[in-house]
This record gives sequence, C-alpha cells and structure tokens, in this order.
Amino acid sequence: MEPNMSTEYLDIANLENSNVEQGRPRSEAAETPDITLDTDLKFRARNIDVFYDTNQALFDVSLDIGDNAITALIGPSGCGKTTFLRCLNRMNDVIDICRVTGSVELDGDEIYTDKVDPVLLRARVGMVFQKPNPFPKSIFDNVAYGPKIHGLAADKTELEEIVVNSLKKAGLFDEVKDRLAEPGTGLSGGQQQRLCIARAIATQPEAILMDEPCSALDPIATARIEELMGELKESLAIVIVTHSMQQAARVSQRTAFFHLGTLVECGETEQIFTNPHDDRTQSYITGRIG
Amino acid sequence: MTDILDKIDSKALHDWNSPENRRRVQKRYARDRLLKIAGLTAIGLAVLLLGILVTSLLYSARSAVTQSMVELEYFIDPAKVSRDAPERGSYRSIVKKAVLTHYPEVTNRRQQRKIVKILSGGVSYLVRDHVVANPDVMGKTISLKLPLSDPFDQLNKGVIRRDLPENQRRVSDKEIAWFDVMVKKDLIHNPINWGLIFNNDSRRPEVAGLRGAIVGSFYILLVCFLISFPVGIAAAVYLEEFARKSRMNDIIEVNINNLAAVPSVVFGLLGLAVFLGFFGLPRSAPLVGGMVLSLMTLPTIIIAARAALKAVPPSIREAALGMGASRHQVIQHHVLPLAMPGILTGTIIGLAQALGETAPLLLIGMNAFITSDPGSIMEPATALPTQIYSWADSPERGFTSRTSAAIIVLLGFLVIMNTVAIILRQKFEKKW
Repeated sequence: MEPNMSTEYLDIANLENSNVEQGRPRSEAAETPDITLDTDLKFRARNIDVFYDTNQALFDVSLDIGDNAITALIGPSGCGKTTFLRCLNRMNDVIDICRVTGSVELDGDEIYTDKVDPVLLRARVGMVFQKPNPFPKSIFDNVAYGPKIHGLAADKTELEEIVVNSLKKAGLFDEVKDRLAEPGTGLSGGQQQRLCIARAIATQPEAILMDEPCSALDPIATARIEELMGELKESLAIVIVTHSMQQAARVSQRTAFFHLGTLVECGETEQIFTNPHDDRTQSYITGRIG
Repeated sequence: MTDILDKIDSKALHDWNSPENRRRVQKRYARDRLLKIAGLTAIGLAVLLLGILVTSLLYSARSAVTQSMVELEYFIDPAKVSRDAPERGSYRSIVKKAVLTHYPEVTNRRQQRKIVKILSGGVSYLVRDHVVANPDVMGKTISLKLPLSDPFDQLNKGVIRRDLPENQRRVSDKEIAWFDVMVKKDLIHNPINWGLIFNNDSRRPEVAGLRGAIVGSFYILLVCFLISFPVGIAAAVYLEEFARKSRMNDIIEVNINNLAAVPSVVFGLLGLAVFLGFFGLPRSAPLVGGMVLSLMTLPTIIIAARAALKAVPPSIREAALGMGASRHQVIQHHVLPLAMPGILTGTIIGLAQALGETAPLLLIGMNAFITSDPGSIMEPATALPTQIYSWADSPERGFTSRTSAAIIVLLGFLVIMNTVAIILRQKFEKKW
C-alpha cells in the first residue's frame, strides 16, 4: 500500500510540472462546463485569470453556477477557491494589487465592464465571510443597514418588516426578538453567523457567496447553517467555499474542485465524490493531497 | 501508570537534572529577575523625579495659596464721588481716610503715605470697581476685604522674616509696628487666593491672576482643535483608506513623521513670517497662536488617527463592502466611528502638548502684558505658558510663589485633559 501511494504522489507532481512547463495550463473542464447543469444558469465565468501583483492566483477558470442550487468549491488551502468566489461580486476590486481578466456573466450580463457599478452588484450578490463579522451595532441596525443604504424601504414600518422577515428567514428571529436593540456582537458565534446571513438576505440578493461560513462554528451551529442554506437555495443561488468535504457532500448539488489555481473538475456532487474523472480529485477527496 | 513514566524517562535523550542544566535554568531565572528589577528601577526613578518636581513646585507655591487681606470701613463720600460718574471719583483719598482712622496719632504726611502703602496700590481701583458695580452704596460706609501690598503680604506669611536685622529686609521696624496695629485689631485675614485664577494680570503680584491667560489658552486650543482635527482626520483617512502604495505617499509619510519632530520654535518663526508678516494677521492674537500650534498638533493627530484607522479590523470593512456599501459609506458609517475613540485620544494628547508649548507663542508676541481677558480670537491675549514665562521674569517677591502656583494650574489642566483621554479610550474601546 505504502509504495503505491508514493508513486501516485509523484505522478501528481509530474502532472503539475508538465503544466507549468507549457506556460499557462488550460483546464480541461473549461471546454465542457454546463452540460450537467439542470437548473437555470446564474453565473457564467469564462477564462478567469487573477493576478496578485505578479503572482498568478487563478489560471483560466471557466465555471457555470446554477440558480436555486448550492455549488460547493473545494480544494486545498491556497488553491484559489476564495479568489474565485470574490470574483463573482467583484470583491477583488478593493484589493489594490489584484487584477482580474476574463468574463463573468450574471444572468447573461457581463459584470466586468465599466457600466456595472460594483457597489450595486454587491447588493445583488451578497456575501457571508469565514469569521462572523456583524457590525458593532444593534441586531436591528445590522440587518437594516443594507436596505437603508440601498433605499429599499420606503418608511420605518417597511424597514421593520424587512428586518423581521430576514431574521425569520435566517432562523434567528425567535432567539433575538426580545433584544433587537442589543449589540450583534453579543450573540454566540453561530447566532452571529446567522445574523450575517440575515444581513446578506435583507437586500434580497439573487445569489449569496459563502466563504467557509462554518469553519469557526461548532457542529450544532454548523448543522443549523446547513439547514438554513437548504431553505435559502429555494429562492437564490448559493456558492460556498468549504474545507469540509463532508459539508460539500451534505449540502451541495454541484461541486467544483480547485487545485493550484486551476479548476480541475466540476460536476454533480455525487459524481465528484463517488466517481471523479480526474486523479487529483480522487487523491484530494480520499485525503491524499491537501 | 508508573511503567509508562519509566519508559518515557528511559527514552529521554537529555539529562534534565544534570547540575549543568540546573545551572542554566537558574541563570535563566536570574535574567528574568534582573529584567524586572531594571524595569522597576526605571519606573521608580521616573516617579521620584516627578515627585521632586511636584513637591518643589507645591513648596514654593504654598504662599500663593492664600492672600493677606485687610478689612476696612470705606466711607463712599458723595463729595468725592459723583453719582453720575462713579468711575471718576477720588478713591485714593477715600482709601487714605479709611486706613488712617486706625492711626490717629500719625500726623506726618510722609509717614501717612507710608502707612497707606501697607495696602496694595490696586485697592483704590478695587473700591472704584465695587462702587461702579453697586451704585446704591453712595453715601454709605462699606466694609471690604482688600489685598495688602506685596511686602506686607510676604511679611504676614512669614516669607519676610522679622528676626532679620532691619537693613536686610524690605520693611522697616516702624512699618512692622504699624502693620501690627492692624493685626492687633484683627483686621488681617488670610482667605484662599481665588484671585490667582479669576483676576487679570497686573504688575502688582497681590492682585495679579491668570484669568486672561486661561481664556487666551482656551481660545488658542479652540482654534488649534478646529483646524487640526478635521484636517488631521481627512489626511489620515486619505493616507489609510485611499492612497495606493507609491513613492509619493512614502515621501508624504516620512515628512509627516518629520514634522512631528520639528522644534516648536521653528513653527513660531514660520507663524511670525507667514501669518503676521505675509497675511498681516494681528499680533498676539489667539487666532495666530492656534494656527501656529495646529501645525504642531497636526502630525500627532494624523499619526494617532492612522493608527486608530488601522486598528479597525478588516472584517468590518469587508462586511460593509459585501453589503454593497460604497467607499465613503464604509468609512463614514463603520470605520470612522470605530476609530473615533483612538482619534480623540490622540487629539487630546496633541492639544495637551499644544497647551504647554511656549516658544512659538513668544515669537508671535503672546507674552505681552495684557490686563484684560481677550473678548475674541482676534484680540491680544496671553496664554498660560507665556504668562508663567512673564511672571518668572518679574522682580516682585510675590511673583516667585505665583509662578509656581501658575505652573501647578497648568499641570492641573494637563492632568484633566490626559484623564479625559484615558477615560474616553476605556469607555469607547470596542471589543471584537
């Protein structure tokens, strides 16, 4: 068993080396991205390259993301999952040294053009971060912030309605209904993360990007968030970056595997985890690279 | 259990109990103790020096805490003070009469004049001010407690010693005898010297006070705050939130740090040349003082504000950006409010520095002798440190203790400002 494993390791190394020698490696999956998509297309990313200064973090990634479904991005640390996720709502724009080339379409409209205001795009594509990051304000103000700055509520009652609905959708309302005026930072970690989800859905986004939303949470809080994601996907698209392959297998319909800045394989979650086409995917999900 | 321990022991590659090793460990602890002792010594030395400074100040200021007053009956003679223009009466003779009623045996004019000089030369003005303020005392006899002149103030407090030979002290035996008449009649009182804070400056130490200097310093700090606070925050926000990394910004940053180290007298020269010389702003005005000091305070505020902005966790910025907040919304709604306690702390520390700054104010003429408090930022004024400087320069005996007392007042304001800074920091410090 042991010698076998080491040869596989070598193989992977050779594979990567050969890719590098050819210059920009082309990912095979990019050519046939959307065959398995059985829901409407939400994001259509083509030939995405991302550079941090002179370091290239993503190599020619093309990926389709369906509506009303959860797409999981998996892969070892530093493989570009989060970088790709942040391309979908142009969060990379705020990093000075970051440069993105390629095309991302949201509902068929290109988002990497001058005509698209990234500020409005981010209202349409919400984001939840790895570490719960509620504003150091009241629970109410946390959720009300998005609708306020985007003018989504005509008056105070409407704003309250949005806040209550968002908290209900995030499954947090019953726990906090008596202390909406208390600071959001006083909640437990899992509650804080659900507050962040409530905050993200308060602007009624079409998609939510989640960057390892459960990595700082205990298993019970994680289960609640996963349950919540299952409910939310009925009305919007969810893209989740996760280090937990069990989580990807549990919650997602489609899974994309990233390795060293390339998209190695993308397909239905069941297929990726039971019958991966690529050796690197096989190695990763069986825990041999990471 | 012990089996396992034995096993571990036998596997140990190193003899942790060897005398050599023990020596090494002991040496390590000795170093720790040495570091602790060095720190304690440094703190002890600092506290000792501060203690010496404050004690010596308090010691030399103690005689300025009270002011010797004499209580006399003043008859406001309608023949000497006209009802229509009470400010122009012959108050000198009213005072003379009030004093000399206690010395009916003295008829020599020269001696009488000497007796009147036991009272402060400012007494006739104080009586006048009282009459102007209360016109209904006309024709009545009023009892007022008014200050003694400086030599008798010092004599009363024991600063001028009676046991010295007559030719070595400022008051003669005869004058002491006259003074003792008042003491015997129980006319001399020693109330707390509130005049030190509420009076304006004067050449006579017994009536000189810090009022003008305190008001002047307040105006200066107000101008300084109004200029350096918004400018400092704007500069810090730009440098921290907008500026990309470039050579130009590095140069700006180095220069701001340099500005903080420029000797303050240079800023005074700049104020003299530019604000007074080129723009023709009024000399000795708090406006110019505040402008000059804001140049000094700016780098402090910028550096403190940048540190405070940097301390706001990036996760808050990301959260706001992810909600679709624009850059100014992120800064205005989230980053600035969170950084504000730190910025305010830095501002107060900068202003406290400015409050104690003397050299630049001397150069723009704020050490002038001004006997009324400034009504606006354009009127001539003095400031606390320059007032201390002028008093320290004055020959009168009474100013020695008053200079120390003024320094204590200045230190008091500094302590208050720094306490406010600490309270602000502790109260509004956010935990994430």
